[in-house]
Amino acid sequence: MKETMEIIKLEFGNATVETIQMVLIAMAAAVVFGMLIGLVLHLTANPLFFKNRAVNAVAGTIINIIRSMPFIILLVVLLPLTRILVGTSIGAAAAAVPLSIASVAFYARLVEGSFSEVDKGVVEAAVATGASVSLIIRKVLFVEALPSLIRGLTVTFVSIIGYSAMAGSVGGGGIGDLAIRYGYNRYETGVLTFTVIVLIFIVQLGQWLGDKVALKFTKR
Amino acid sequence: MIELKNIGVTFQQNKKDFQAVKNVNLTIEEGEIFGIVGPSGAGKSTLVRVINLLQPPTSGQVLIEGNEITSLKRKELCKVRLDIGMIFQHFNLISGSTIAENVAFALHANHYPKEKIQGRVKELLEMVHLPEKADSYPANLSGGQKQRVAIARALANDPKILLCDEATSALDLENTEEIVALLKEINEKYHITIVFITHEMEVAKKLFDRIAFMENGEIKEVRDIYSAFAEPREEITKSLVERVLNVGVPDEVKLSEEEELVKLCYTGEKAYASVISQVSKQFDVVIDIINGKIDYIHKKPLGVLIVILRGGKEEREKALRYMKENVYRVEKLEGGR
Repeated sequence: MKETMEIIKLEFGNATVETIQMVLIAMAAAVVFGMLIGLVLHLTANPLFFKNRAVNAVAGTIINIIRSMPFIILLVVLLPLTRILVGTSIGAAAAAVPLSIASVAFYARLVEGSFSEVDKGVVEAAVATGASVSLIIRKVLFVEALPSLIRGLTVTFVSIIGYSAMAGSVGGGGIGDLAIRYGYNRYETGVLTFTVIVLIFIVQLGQWLGDKVALKFTKR
Repeated sequence: MIELKNIGVTFQQNKKDFQAVKNVNLTIEEGEIFGIVGPSGAGKSTLVRVINLLQPPTSGQVLIEGNEITSLKRKELCKVRLDIGMIFQHFNLISGSTIAENVAFALHANHYPKEKIQGRVKELLEMVHLPEKADSYPANLSGGQKQRVAIARALANDPKILLCDEATSALDLENTEEIVALLKEINEKYHITIVFITHEMEVAKKLFDRIAFMENGEIKEVRDIYSAFAEPREEITKSLVERVLNVGVPDEVKLSEEEELVKLCYTGEKAYASVISQVSKQFDVVIDIINGKIDYIHKKPLGVLIVILRGGKEEREKALRYMKENVYRVEKLEGGR
């Protein structure tokens, strides 16, 4: 018990900072690039906008390839890219690269789904007013899809927390890594239990917050 | 003025071609309320959506005020659409935006000066009698109110044309009347050309100036509304019109040897009431009225009366001849035997 407390005291603060770093970077990437790619996927699939089979198929295939790979494999495959981007292949910043790419691909699909669930009639009515595509994207697609986009982001957040546990394999650290290194590999059941409880709490909190915000924007 | 020339729309369904609209030619005049009716699946909605190219036609041309629009680029087409409002069966309001924002959307589309938007939205909501709902969300409005908001949005940029795709079909009777009255008011006030698609003949009767009957993707008949009801020509017209003037022979009617069933149709010019009394005075016959209905279309009466004519054969013939001269149409009916 004493040892458990010691380990937690020594490692937990750092691990939390690392997790927050990785998750924030990956979330930011998901919001910006995932949203963008998801939007492109939707616009190129919808005849009311810029239906383009080729672009849609290429973007869709790339996303599928990324999403097919187990995260630990993706981590290794992306090592060269990580080195180019952050100059090193170890540490939290290095782990953030594959984490970001995985979450971008993940969220892009969810975003595409959110947009395609927007009532086709509402979009059509907007087109009929003579509005430009950019106006329709801003004032119709985003407004109507917003609750669903937020829910998708919540799901993405939970997945990123899960993926980040594997960041330890490249020295990325984080709470999940702490659970694996001490709790699992060194049979420190106390550390394992503690970190799992913390992760449960984080996921619960994220989900609760996501639901709350999504509901606020739901006007149906 | 809207001109549709040789419009055809073909969809691919399960690798088979399906012709939703076949070679349609129509001219819709400025300021009129033009209706298109027909059974579901007739291609009415597809046709009305061709007018603002929400549905690009497979063949043919659309001319708005003499300008061909089917070959326009996206940007130019947006400009044309500013001049064509449209409302829908399910209203299609932005559920996450307030009523005021929904109306303002159309103004944004037209790059309306930002500082004037609020005032214009207020004006439009007053026009559709809903000024107090500006800050509500669509979910808190009734169907009729939502459609009025949709009308405000459609008319935001003072269009010359308003397209209505089954605009009253999702509404109850009361709300339907409300919307019909509002559309009439708007048509009279602003001389907007209205193209209205519906399968509801009651709406057609109250609203339209001219009517087109559509079936299987083809326009079968185009008439002014009164004559379409008074003397339908095509089968489809007859079947739709008769549903409104639903005057049949009750099953209970049993005729004797000296009786026959007669259906009298009368129109604005020839009143029937005096005919009945004149006939029974002048000839040795008795007339029993067993069913009848008067409808007013554009304030002109259109009536159907089913009577039993009783008397000797010769007197009946004379009475029939007299009636034929004095009402619009007389038909002998089978049945009751």
